[in-house]
Amino acid sequence: MKESIRTPLGKVRGLGAAKEGAHHFIVQRVSAIALLFLLPWFLISALFAARGGYQGAVDFVASPLNAVLALMTVGASLYHMQIGMQVVIEDYIAKTGTRIFLLILNIFFAVVLFAAAAFSILEIAT
Amino acid sequence: MSGWTDKRPMSPHFQVWKWHVTMLGSIVHRATGMALYGGAAIAVAWLFAITLGEDSYNQFAAFAGSIPGQVILFGLLWSAVYHALNGVRHLVWDAGHGFQLATANFTGWLVLLLSIVGAAGIWVIAGLVPGIDPLGVWGAPQ
Repeated sequence: MKESIRTPLGKVRGLGAAKEGAHHFIVQRVSAIALLFLLPWFLISALFAARGGYQGAVDFVASPLNAVLALMTVGASLYHMQIGMQVVIEDYIAKTGTRIFLLILNIFFAVVLFAAAAFSILEIAT
Repeated sequence: MSGWTDKRPMSPHFQVWKWHVTMLGSIVHRATGMALYGGAAIAVAWLFAITLGEDSYNQFAAFAGSIPGQVILFGLLWSAVYHALNGVRHLVWDAGHGFQLATANFTGWLVLLLSIVGAAGIWVIAGLVPGIDPLGVWGAPQ
């Protein structure tokens, strides 16, 4: 093999720790803490609101405070579940092509759900 | 596995492990998380059905009120309660506490028990058991 003219420093630069290894660990837990407050509120409120049929559900989402909290719940949930499913995919799918495909699909799925939820909440509340 | 040349000892497959509650809790945490992935889609479908209008909403509500729908919803409610309680267990571990075997086993059983009691309690209080209306506020569902 031809001798490289790159310096030893040039070869290793960028290969070390990116100092971002803890990012997923931290945001997984921060979103978890947010959900400990948001999800009980959402589940109980939605169960109660659904008892009022269509109008009960509309009234629930149409309240400005509920709309804001519902947006936050949906955002934190989808973020948390996307990171969580990413770990599951990385753990179990050994084949690189399939893994990358599923990792991308996982992100798209969360984004599509967020768009649908955000549109719905804003449309009902305004 | 054909072509496996690594002579180092391998971790035994989970089928030959003796089951213990910390292992069960770990598996159930991941399984409930994956179930809630689908649950999030159902919750968003509920919001979207409200936007689509009363007919769509009523179709969604009819399925949610059917027996398969109620089984799915209760399963998701239990999954959410379990994942949240066991998530608190994980946060305590992250803070460096609760790793003693006796403590970890105890909290493992505790969150399993509390999740079942909690999910059943929410289900009953929300008036979702026919004929039981503990708060006396529900009347007949619409």
